[in-house]
This record gives sequence, structure tokens and C-alpha cells, in this order.
Amino acid sequence: MIKVLWDRFVRPIDPWLLVFLVLLFILSSIVLYSASNQDMGKLNDKFTFMGVALCVLWVMANMPQQVLMRLALPIYLVGVVLLICVALFGSVSHGARRWLNIGVTIQPSELMKLGLPMMLAWYFHHYEATLNWKHFLVAMILLVIPMGLILKQPDLGTALLIASSGFYVMFFAGLSWYLIGALVLAGGGLAYVVTHWNLCIHILREYQCQRVATMLDPMQDPLGAGYHIIQGTIAIGSGGPFGKGWLNGTQTHLDFIPERTTDFIFAVFGEEFGLAGNIVLLLLYLMLIGRGLHIASNGSTLFGRLLAGALTLTFFTYAFVNMGMVSGILPVVGVPLPLVSYGGTSMVSLMAAFGILMSVQKDRKLMKN
Amino acid sequence: MNRATATASIRAQRYAHVLKLERWRVWTMLTALMLLFVVLLARGLWLQAFNEAFLQGQGDARYTRTLKTEANRGMITDRNGDPLAISTPVQSIWASPRGMALLPPGQKRDEDWEPANDKDPVPVSQDELKKLANALGMPAADLIKKVSDGRKNDKGELVRPDFVWVKRGLSPTDAKSVLALNVPGIYAQTEYRRYYPAGEVMAHIIGFVNIDGKGQEGFELTRDSMLAGKPGSRTVIRDRRGYIVEDISTIVPPRDGETLTLSVDRRIQYLAYRELKAAVESNHAAGGGIVVLDAKSGEVLALANAPSYNPNSRERIDPAARRNRALTDIYEPGSVMKPVTISAVMDAGKLTPESRVDTFNGTMAIGPNTIHDTHHGGVLSIAQVIQQSSNVGAARISLMMPREYMWNAYHNAGFGEVPHSGFPGEAGGILRNWKNWRPIEQATMAFGNGISVSLMQMARAYQMFADGGQIHPITFTKLVAPVPGKQVIKPETALAMRNMMESVVQPGGTGMPARVVGYRVAGKTGTSHKLEGGVYVNRYVASFIGMAPASDPRLIIAVMIDDPTGGKHFGGSVAGPVFSNVMAGSLRLLGVPPDAPTDNILIPAPDESDSRE
Repeated sequence: MIKVLWDRFVRPIDPWLLVFLVLLFILSSIVLYSASNQDMGKLNDKFTFMGVALCVLWVMANMPQQVLMRLALPIYLVGVVLLICVALFGSVSHGARRWLNIGVTIQPSELMKLGLPMMLAWYFHHYEATLNWKHFLVAMILLVIPMGLILKQPDLGTALLIASSGFYVMFFAGLSWYLIGALVLAGGGLAYVVTHWNLCIHILREYQCQRVATMLDPMQDPLGAGYHIIQGTIAIGSGGPFGKGWLNGTQTHLDFIPERTTDFIFAVFGEEFGLAGNIVLLLLYLMLIGRGLHIASNGSTLFGRLLAGALTLTFFTYAFVNMGMVSGILPVVGVPLPLVSYGGTSMVSLMAAFGILMSVQKDRKLMKN
Repeated sequence: MNRATATASIRAQRYAHVLKLERWRVWTMLTALMLLFVVLLARGLWLQAFNEAFLQGQGDARYTRTLKTEANRGMITDRNGDPLAISTPVQSIWASPRGMALLPPGQKRDEDWEPANDKDPVPVSQDELKKLANALGMPAADLIKKVSDGRKNDKGELVRPDFVWVKRGLSPTDAKSVLALNVPGIYAQTEYRRYYPAGEVMAHIIGFVNIDGKGQEGFELTRDSMLAGKPGSRTVIRDRRGYIVEDISTIVPPRDGETLTLSVDRRIQYLAYRELKAAVESNHAAGGGIVVLDAKSGEVLALANAPSYNPNSRERIDPAARRNRALTDIYEPGSVMKPVTISAVMDAGKLTPESRVDTFNGTMAIGPNTIHDTHHGGVLSIAQVIQQSSNVGAARISLMMPREYMWNAYHNAGFGEVPHSGFPGEAGGILRNWKNWRPIEQATMAFGNGISVSLMQMARAYQMFADGGQIHPITFTKLVAPVPGKQVIKPETALAMRNMMESVVQPGGTGMPARVVGYRVAGKTGTSHKLEGGVYVNRYVASFIGMAPASDPRLIIAVMIDDPTGGKHFGGSVAGPVFSNVMAGSLRLLGVPPDAPTDNILIPAPDESDSRE
């Protein structure tokens, strides 16, 4: 009896992933407590999100891969339809049309974060036997549709993240190195032309251009566009090797750090725990990612392998982009620090992704080839 | 193993190249990730280990501010420690127009408005400002103008200031109700407001400070650095919106101003001012001054002028009322100069009180000029010259001496020289060089014409009669130890003069209204014509200077009434009563034992014609 229950409820859970996730949760609660100026309400919300997210994790972990495969196409289609709806009758806030009000306000691009890699993984899995360049072309189209819709909202950050998750799937599916090289060259060339000929304005929105320009030289507008970057850099830098100590970050508590419980929580972390704290956080992320890639390489199906690999790398991308933007080496895009920032939606979708990883791990190949 | 996995592994074996490739790609990816993490780590190292100090400084610069702490201005007290000028904390409301964005009428600020950056002005609705104006008790239009005005910069853009006073000097409770409105961009600062309990009574001595606490007049001006103290500074932590969160340290504690103890006696001052003001009013005079000196130390016990002003009022003060007549105005003193002249001649041994002077029939011609007396005295004793104030007598006595000797006498008595009492704008008077004196000038100077002095100089000179021939420097600050005086005349001369001057207030003298019940008074009246454009006109300055108790003088009081037009104009009848009342009250206040028989009852003051000079 106990064994049955054990098999049913605990078996699917990957202990390594769980340990790393719980450690991250503890760390994030500690930082959030300080970043929110000791607001127990926010912490309670965070615990609620964690509880919900853990349930989602467990549900996803228990889901057989066949179910996930069957769900891939419908989720993708629903996601695209919803994105089209957003473009047609979405609600506008802060100058962007990202939300859809269907009784509750939802952000369909969140759904796409899981939907696109699932779709592509399923697609490649389906045509595994006859995979050739035409399939990659189709995959590219499947990727460009939601990406374009999200870019239009406009939401550059999410669009790039979703595009990167699709790229990861294609990469693991065997995207030719020539194509990758061509893409990189094309991208680099485009970036060069854009910056060199000042064409940015014609391609991106003005504020996006601003952000890129600001990243390159934040001091040109220290009180305007450069404000976030400068405050973030100052906060992290003033933490020093060992930080100012928990609850003692001056930049944090004097309200100099913008969005300090969400996108800029890494600045709080860096200020209060210093370089040592950063290394700990990076190591935690690295171990999660390592475990994720390990699971990906042992997946029993191509779908599992592709999805697990893409999701892990997307997770890495989140972390890297956030930390990069807060410490001033990437432009400011609205990406939260995964699992640490306050905010429910992102946490639930990330935990769903880790649930999928556990599900892949559960059905792993049992022998080495 | 379920069926799907089995199929998958069969497929996997069939397309082994795919799997291998995948494994390889995973490692490539992992390496790439590690590299990116190393980049992050390097950035962290750069910021946190190499640039730490710089960035920490940048951080500090963003939240620490050094603020000025006002020092409490020192108190001014009278000689008994009664406060004459005190500072009380008040709240002053100021605004930061640059931090405010005035909304059009009727519009309100969004509930969830957030500043986009540091310099983003907070929208402020007109309603809020109206409420604020109401709480401040000022017209709303004025307030709106104050917070929306600015100046144009060279680009023609309106630059609004970071700081503008809205209303200053609010009581702490008023300020609290203003701040409770929570209007963005409106702040309060503690300041000290100066309060003068004695008001107009002391105005000319104390002076006043301007709204920024800087001395403008009187001792507030001359002793400003001593009273002001030194403001301190403190370093505080401020959050992004500028609210002070915490004090870190007081780097320099403010040094409060020192207390200035004046020699003035508040009670005597009140009395002197009250009597002077009454006399100026009843005589319809243009103004007046009174000086009360301690006869033995040179300390100023009271100095008052009329008209005066209320230093507590912030309204514009009439410049005429600001004049410290007793110190800064010079006038021709008239007969009050006679004792100085006569004592100088007596001191040379040329006269005794019993000496006789022929005043002829009350006129004397010197060259083309004639000197007149109001009495026709014939041959008078020196005492009678003083008692009846004979001009001819005084002139003849003065002419007994060389002009250089007389110049020295006047100079030693302190005329023609600034008294250095420590007051701003003191007048030194005019005493022309003796080499240019003509005989007529030496003659008129003997009775105080052709010489200009201030009332303070006159009072100071009379010290020589009160204190055995010594003149002490005038001081407004309370003395701890007596300051030695300068011997100007012989003690015997001083005593003899005092005795003769007592006759002035006795029947037959010009100063009967200056008598004081129970005390012997020695003094001298003075009535001088005013000079207008170098011509004497029939307008007068009436004065009386005297001391009491005459047996051992304690106080010297000098009274001057400028241009009395109430029918009387003689020093005895106009200035005499002021002297009498102030002297009587002061001696009683000081507890000075009477030196006259108690049956010394005042005979009704004789009428004007008898008391003229």
C-alpha cells in the first residue's frame, strides 16, 4: 500500500531538482522580505504562489509524455488564437497591448512560453524519422508567428525569450551549423547596420532603441533612461565582496532601486549579500541547469529530450538576461529573475516547466546506448 | 517500459546519429552557458571587488545629505536678567516648485501615480493648493503664483526654483495642520523667531533682526556675531523622495549664541520711556530722548527715544521712528552747557562760588553781536548765574580764559568726539578747532550755542559733577568691575558745582519742575533755538540734565524734547517734569535713601514766566 502511494505521489519527483528549487525558494523568500521592506503580506503572497507552483509542478511531473505530446498542438493553437485576439481587442496598459480580459485578465504570451517549445518539440518528434531542412523551415514559421504577434504588442523581452526557446528546440533537433552560422552572421550584420546607420528607429520602438542606447552608455541620461541601470549597478557594486548584510542595503531601503521586488531584485541581493551571495545564486542556477541538461540528454523520446533541453536553456536565458540587465551588461527588458522575483504567473509557468522536466526524467531511458 | 518509450528507443537506435549529435550539442550548450555565467561573474567581480569603493561612494552620494542646523540666537537681557530679546522656534513653510506640476483646474492626481524618475514633478491639483492656502491664511492666487513662477533661462524655457518660502514664522501647531494636508512639494523648516517682550520701549537699544535672523539695528546689529552663534551641520540619510529617514551623525553641533547682558534696567527703561512719550505727546513735540546713567560707573541704565516703533511687527518701520535721537542726533544744547564752562574756569582757580559777575542790564555787545539774557540780573554770584541761567554771565566767565583752555575743557568733557559706547552710528558732535574761534563764538559756546552735541555726550559730561570730577566711559553692557574714570576737574570744583546746581530746582531757579520729593536734585535746564538753514528760528529744543541725590549722586538723567509746540518750550517746564518723574521713580526702584528732609514739600510749580532762563 505504502509502496503504491509512494510510486504514485513521490516517485515522479526528481529529488535533485526539488532540492535546488526549494533552496532557491528559501533564498528568494529571504531576499523578498528585505526588498519589500519587511512586508509580511508580500511574503505570504509569495508562499501562496510557491504552494500553487509546487502543485503545478507535481501535476506536470505526473503527466505522461504522451499526454504532453497530445496537448502540444492544441496549446500552441489556442495560444496563437489568443495572441491574435490580444492584437485585435486586448487591453492597453503602459502603452502596450499585452493583456486579454476574459473575466480574468490573462497574458497569452505567458502561455506561449511553454506552448512554443512544446509545439516545436512535438513537431520534430513527429517527423523524427524524415527530418530534413524543410522541417526546419516549417519550424521557423511556427516560431515567427507568435514571435511577431508578441513583438507587435510590443514586448521585445518576451518575444526574444520565446524566440530563443524555439531556437533551442531547433538547435537540439539538429539545426545545421551552417544555418546557425548564417543566422549569427545575419543577426550581427543587421545589428551592425542598424547601429551604424542609425536605423534603429525604423525597426524598433523608440523606447526600445533608447534602452539599447542607454545600455551602451547609461551616463548619457542618468535621471531618465539610464536611471535603472545606474541604480542597479551602484547597488550591486556597493555591496562589495560580502555585502552590506541582510536588511541593511541602503540603496534598497531608501527606495533608490526601482522595481526592487520584481525585475531588480538581483540588485537587492547583490547589495546585501555581495559577491559571495552572487556566486551562491549563480551556483544554484548552474546546478539546476546542469540537472536539467542531464535530464534532457537522458530523455527517452526526442520530444522529451528536445523539450527538456529547450526549457532548461530558456530558464538559463531568463536568469542570464535578468542578471545581465541589472548588472548593466544587457539592455533593460522586463524579465524577472526566475523563481526569485515576486510574481505568480512567471513562477507557475517556470514550475510547470520543471514539472515537465521531472516528467521527462520519470520516463527516462533505462539503459545507456 | 511502456510501448511508446520502446518505440522511441528503437527509433533512437535507428537514427543513432541524431542522438550522438544531441549529446554533443548538450555539451556545447553547457560550455556556452558556463562561459556566459563566467561573464556574469566577471561583471560581479568588476563591480563588487574592483569598483566597490567608487560605487559605494556613488551610493552614499545618493542618500546622504548634509543639512544645516540652526543655532539658537542668544538672548539679550537687562542687568537683572530679565529677557529683552528671546528666540522661539517657529516653523516656516517652503515649497519646491520644480518638484510640483500644477494640474489644470478641476483635475486631480491619479491615486496610483508614481514618479518615473528622480526629477519627475508630482502633479498637484488646484484644490490641494486652495486647501493649503486656506490653512496658511493667504489668498490662493498668491500661493499658486508662488509655486508656479520661475525665471526664463537662456533657451527661453521656464526654470522653476527648487526652493521658495511660502510662509514663515508659523507656530508649531499651525505648521502641523498645514503639513497634515500632505500637499506634495510642501515642506517645513524650523527657524527661530525673535521676540522682544519690551516692544517699543527698548526698540532703540535692542534693535531688531530681519526675517533671516540677521541683526539690522541696535545691539542685534553690533553684537550680531556674538548673538548669532554658529550653525551646525548634520548628516542624514534621505530616501529617493528626499524624506529624511535617519540621522547618521551630527558632524558639527550648532553653537548657540551667547547671552548679552545689558547694563539697562528694564524697570527704569519702562519708566523713562513712558514719561518721555507722555511729555512728547503733551507738548506736541517732534520727538525726544532720555538717557539715564549710573552716576558712578558710566553704565547706561535707560535710553529711550520718542517716537519709537514696535520691533515685533514686521511692517515697514517709519525711518523717523528708527532714529536713536539720544545717540545719533546732534543739537545745540543751550544752557545745559553752562556748568561745564563755569566748572572749567573755576578749576583754573579764577573763580570761587562767591565770585561776582556783572551781567550789566542783561545784554552784552561783542563786536557787532549782542548777547541777551531773559532776566535783568545786574551783579550776580556764580551760583545765581547758574540758577537764573544768565547768558551774559556765562559768556563773561568763559572769556576770562584763553580760547585754547576752553577748547581743552570742552574736549576733555567729551565733546567733539564719538563716545564709543559700542553703539552704531553714534554722533561725535561738532567742536571747532580753537584756532578759528572768534570772541563771540567763545562767548556763545559758554551757554551752548555754536557747539553741537548729542544728548548722550551731555549726560556723559555731567558725570564729572556727580563723581568727584571723573568721567567714566559710557557702556551699555553690565560692568563686572568699575572702569576707572578720567579726572576732568578737581573734586572740590565738582562738589561746588553740584551745590550751585541744586539752586536751579529751588525757588528762583529755572528748573523747579524737576524737583523730586525727598531727594536733593542738582541739574541744569537748557532751552536752545533750533537752527534752520544756519538761522536761529523760534523753535526750540528743551532739555534738562541733572543728578540725584545731590549729596552723593546715584543717577544722572538727561532729557531732551525736540520742538515742543504745546505752548511751553522752556527746558524747566517741558523737560523738567520728565526728569522729576523718572528720577523719583528710579530712585525708589533702586532703594536709594532720601537725602532731603521729609518736610520738603513741593510748592506748586511756578508759572512759566518764572522758570524761563
